[in-house]
Amino acid sequence: MSKRARMTLDNPYLPYPVRIEQIVTETEDGNLKTFRLVFLNPEHEEKFRYMPGQFAELSIAGKGEIPIGIASSPTERGFLSFTVNRVGVVTAHLHNMKEGDVMGVRGPLGNCYPWDEMEAKNVVIIGGGFAFTTLRSSLVYLLDPQNRSRFKDVIVVYGARSPGMLLYRDELWQWEKRDDLQMHVTVDATDDPDWKHHTGFVPTIVKKVVPSSDSSVALVCGPPVMIRNTQPVLEDLGFPPERVFLSLEMRMKCGIGMCGRCNIGDQYVCKDGPVFSLAQLKEMPPEY
Amino acid sequence: MTAYRVYSKEEWTSAVKALESHYQVFVPVKDGDFHLFGLLSEGKRPDFDFQNTHLSPKSIVYPQSERMFEYSLDGEDPDAHMLKEAPKDFSPRAIVGIRPCDALAFQRVRVNFDTPRYRDPWWVSRFESTTFVGLGCNAPEATCFCTSVGGGPFSEAGLDVLLYDLGDRFLAKVLTSKGDGLLKKALGGMEADGTLVRQAESLALKVTEAMPAVVPVDGLKDKSVLELFEAPFWEDVAFGCINCGTCTYLCPTCWCFDIQDEVLGKSGDRIRNWDSCMFPLFTLHGSGHNPRGGKVARVRQRFMHKLKYYLDKYNEGVQCSGCGRCVRSCPANIDIRQVAELMNSL
Repeated sequence: MSKRARMTLDNPYLPYPVRIEQIVTETEDGNLKTFRLVFLNPEHEEKFRYMPGQFAELSIAGKGEIPIGIASSPTERGFLSFTVNRVGVVTAHLHNMKEGDVMGVRGPLGNCYPWDEMEAKNVVIIGGGFAFTTLRSSLVYLLDPQNRSRFKDVIVVYGARSPGMLLYRDELWQWEKRDDLQMHVTVDATDDPDWKHHTGFVPTIVKKVVPSSDSSVALVCGPPVMIRNTQPVLEDLGFPPERVFLSLEMRMKCGIGMCGRCNIGDQYVCKDGPVFSLAQLKEMPPEY
Repeated sequence: MTAYRVYSKEEWTSAVKALESHYQVFVPVKDGDFHLFGLLSEGKRPDFDFQNTHLSPKSIVYPQSERMFEYSLDGEDPDAHMLKEAPKDFSPRAIVGIRPCDALAFQRVRVNFDTPRYRDPWWVSRFESTTFVGLGCNAPEATCFCTSVGGGPFSEAGLDVLLYDLGDRFLAKVLTSKGDGLLKKALGGMEADGTLVRQAESLALKVTEAMPAVVPVDGLKDKSVLELFEAPFWEDVAFGCINCGTCTYLCPTCWCFDIQDEVLGKSGDRIRNWDSCMFPLFTLHGSGHNPRGGKVARVRQRFMHKLKYYLDKYNEGVQCSGCGRCVRSCPANIDIRQVAELMNSL
């Protein structure tokens, strides 16, 4: 093979072409949509082997790229899904695209949640707002019949501002009915008299429903205020910082640890993260 | 045995000219008040009588702006919206007259682009196709501090050939097979005898010993990153900074970049451009949050990256080659040597 061809194949900047198969509007404000993407070339799907917690760069020719957590699980074959908040140039354009349109995906990028460390332990999943994406991936992965027996109790606390701002509502209600996980859905407030679930902020619910930890791992993903207020609650419950994992967000371009902008100290969030333990974060400069 | 060749200065000029049929040859050329690297084929006259070039030759391996991919946005085109690699030139090139600090800088940058997990195909291909012919420094500038950061005025790190300016002639020391190959393609010159080699060695020793006082960086590795981050001096260091980005632009070891799409009509390019940690947009989130929203945080990032984070991550020295360009050109007189001293003595 010529040098040029080899370089092209190994190019970590080159997105795989994909087609948008399905678009679902998730929230009542219309700002969050889930895009189901299918690889145009089956070889690319083979190459795109990922684990829950990783992310990818969504690429739109003419607009640019955005780093987004993978919301589908590797146990769901044949597609990838991404839930995207409408914020800037690329996401606004993506929100206006249609099923059948062609775009690109580059990845998988970053590390994943610590799946080896979670084996034979209770898994506590704590999510807030639209940061539930890679947690959804994790939950689907955990509940897969092939995987479920490798983990002990699965406890989920997921909250949003209001019922209409919850992601993946159909799945949430199905998970609530199952007996192989404890699902706790909460909203900050609601005027719906029929609301059967929790009301209150995520840290409060965590304090109420999560048992103290001898052998548990917590995965936490949410807005900064939720992360800040959940930390002391987990500490009180006896979670050592080595067993609390957070997924961070940063402005990114390359996604492979080269362009220089997403560092916290000597760690690149895109390549060394986005998942860090609380113990790691305590040794890193508080610049995120 | 190390091979040496000697050229009279006229011979060397024609030797360099002869390289043109094998390489794109970049040489120092006079440009106004300064020297810059220019392409010999563009009719530029090499001028080896300079202290250091105003800009380092980093753009020869890593262009300030470069097309990554191209694409069509024409709905009629079956390949519309699919990115294809833009045509690129990786033909052999030679940088003749690069100073040892700038050659060392490429080595320090390499760990960022050529990693066990990912390789930047363009940086690596251009780097690998480049032959580095260094020119030792007989007269380092007052702002030079290469000897403090692992280099030296006659350092051979990252070079394929090292030239010694012996007044009326150049002595060329062959350092790699790549360098040997280049000198074989250059015309003229003759094998050098031991007297010249000894003359060159004593010149190198004399100049190296006369280098200005050493900037201390020896204590940085063992310092706590959090203590350095919270150090009381950052406000003072950043006080005069206007976040102009001149330091990062001139720095041969600064590698940060941005990626942008540009469209004209129904076709477009994905382009990468040098970027700078001095600019607020560098780290601005879509949400409006900015982890380095203030200039103190940005100035701290620049020095912490160069003198601590890089050292901790790669254990290959600091991310600085001591060229002194940032010291010379900073409009607010911020001096990395003083900052290194503050950090080292915290």
